[in-house]
Amino acid sequence: MSILVDKNTRLIVQGITGNEGLFHTTQMVAYGTNVVGGVTPGKGGEWVLEGKLPVFDSVKMAKEATDANATIIFVPARFAPDAMFEAADAGVPLIVCITEGVPVQDMMRVRNYLDQKKVRLIGPNCPGLLTPGEAKVGIIPGDIAISGNVGVVSRSGTLTYEVLYAMKNLGMGASTCVGIGGDPINGTNFLDVLDMFEHDPKTEKVILIGEIGGNEEERAADYIAAKMTKPVAAFIAGQTAPPGKRMGHAGAIIEGGAGTAADKVRALEAAGVKVAKHPEEIPTLLQ
Amino acid sequence: MKLHEYQSKTIFSKYGIPIPKGRVAATAQEAKQIAEELGGRVVVKSQVLVGGRGKAGGVKLAKDPAEAEQLATQILGMDIKGLPVRKVLVDEASAIDQEIYFAITDDRSAKKPVMIASAAGGIDIEEVAAKTPEKIVKVHIDPLLGLREYQARDVAVAIDLPRDYWKDFVKIAMGLWNVYQNTDASLAEINPLVITKEKKLIALDGKMMIDDNALFRHPDLAEMRDTDEDAPSEVEARKYGLSFIKLEGNIGCMVNGAGLAMTSMDVIKLFGGEPANFLDVGGGASSEKVAAAMRIILTDPSVKAILFNIFGGITRCDEVARGILVAMDEVKPKVPMVVRLVGTNAEEGRRLLENAKMITAETLADAAKKSVEAAKKGK
Repeated sequence: MSILVDKNTRLIVQGITGNEGLFHTTQMVAYGTNVVGGVTPGKGGEWVLEGKLPVFDSVKMAKEATDANATIIFVPARFAPDAMFEAADAGVPLIVCITEGVPVQDMMRVRNYLDQKKVRLIGPNCPGLLTPGEAKVGIIPGDIAISGNVGVVSRSGTLTYEVLYAMKNLGMGASTCVGIGGDPINGTNFLDVLDMFEHDPKTEKVILIGEIGGNEEERAADYIAAKMTKPVAAFIAGQTAPPGKRMGHAGAIIEGGAGTAADKVRALEAAGVKVAKHPEEIPTLLQ
Repeated sequence: MKLHEYQSKTIFSKYGIPIPKGRVAATAQEAKQIAEELGGRVVVKSQVLVGGRGKAGGVKLAKDPAEAEQLATQILGMDIKGLPVRKVLVDEASAIDQEIYFAITDDRSAKKPVMIASAAGGIDIEEVAAKTPEKIVKVHIDPLLGLREYQARDVAVAIDLPRDYWKDFVKIAMGLWNVYQNTDASLAEINPLVITKEKKLIALDGKMMIDDNALFRHPDLAEMRDTDEDAPSEVEARKYGLSFIKLEGNIGCMVNGAGLAMTSMDVIKLFGGEPANFLDVGGGASSEKVAAAMRIILTDPSVKAILFNIFGGITRCDEVARGILVAMDEVKPKVPMVVRLVGTNAEEGRRLLENAKMITAETLADAAKKSVEAAKKGK
């Protein structure tokens, strides 16, 4: 078991003929992910990866032909909202959006529409999902993680790689790694993922990687204190970040003293979470 | 991106929101001329992108054009919270009966836009929210439906606005909603929205913030950017699509990924050092971008060492290594450099840098320690 993706995932790729889409499709297929096709409007009927994967003009056509149950989006920011609406409208139950830089107001419309359709969105601006040994739905390098019993959830990309790599070096494996993305409005938050890990029999421990801005970590702390039986270790990035400045991630901005690293660390520690001083220390807290 | 008051109010006016008559001036002479055109009393308001202009003495009332000129001279020479005043707005003065707060902004938690209003306007709204939260009215807007007039009326009722003003208020609310939506604002704020002695509703002051990620569809707004509050290196970095923020320390940082970049700063500090900057070269960084990033870091004379922490994913370590070599050849840096490459094509990257006399590190902690030591020696 694992959460969200596994060997039964039937994945399509929106933007499969683009540079990034094609590169990462190749990587995902090499990892063993069951990619069943892709979508690029205007290129329906073509094939990619030496004739192995069919390209369709729309998500609806792709879904009808392949019975896909998940989609991953690699299209530029200005087209990403439409891609998410299209996937939801076609009835794909799981959407992973890698695209960075989607405007906030677009995301508010997307999120409210997807909620009505009861569709699960991961991202945007995220590295996607990895269930080691079963499925890689995203851009997390496959060789830096091994299969195990630790659920990993993170707002960051490369920082997540850092933690998976440190885990692997200690012989510690992941059940599923979920990159929820660094944007202020996303599809899935810490709380959603913690709840999934709590109910996943394969996951015995959890690592949470947060960062400054917003109050998602504080809400996660409330959930952990009230509902979680499994041990959680955490790290919060941005302890030294100056207020009012946007640190790359649109979500990582401290406004008016709210959302500081110190607040988040305090909330998590009060909930019984061990908080690491640097990312390489996190796995040792769960040993 | 923040907009100035005069820019915000010009946009408001285009959407049918009444604003005072007035214009922006860059010299005292111009200010005087505007005051002459307006006639009567005017307000001279400094245009800087910080709050608390009034308290800092950056907003003054003038009874005639001569006084407007004199006040403009004074205000144009001021620094407010470290920002030079380069422009003043000269507005006709209004006789005020009541001040209202009214804004539309993003509510991240609710994932919807929200209208915020208060009959206690004109002052710092955060203070009202903290001390008397019951005086603040919030009404969420369905982003798929847009603002409906009944919702604006609900707000008018909730802030005890007399019935005679409801029609005008609804018009202003719908106007502000259109401003918010059509400019991709993250904040469109009128504070204060005043009821004048002449029984009119006017947006006396305005403030807007635009979502940087949406500027691609608003080239006209992108041009309004005032870079006064940004360090020159930040402006330069923006040209290359680099996310860069100058800090006070002496260890330059180049990292891929925002979370890892913040973390690298944190770990430097954990081991007793001070980062000189935040720099995210982004995913899939080209060697040109890496070279530009290195040039920008090295223009800061306080930098005594540089830490490169690259965890290859989309970004290929060999590409980063090539960028470092290009920049080294060009800039000939004299400060010690610590490099850590992990992930996609890391071995190829390390091989390329073998002859570059860089200090290498295996882990992030190790890299941070080594850069802190190197910076101490470099002093």
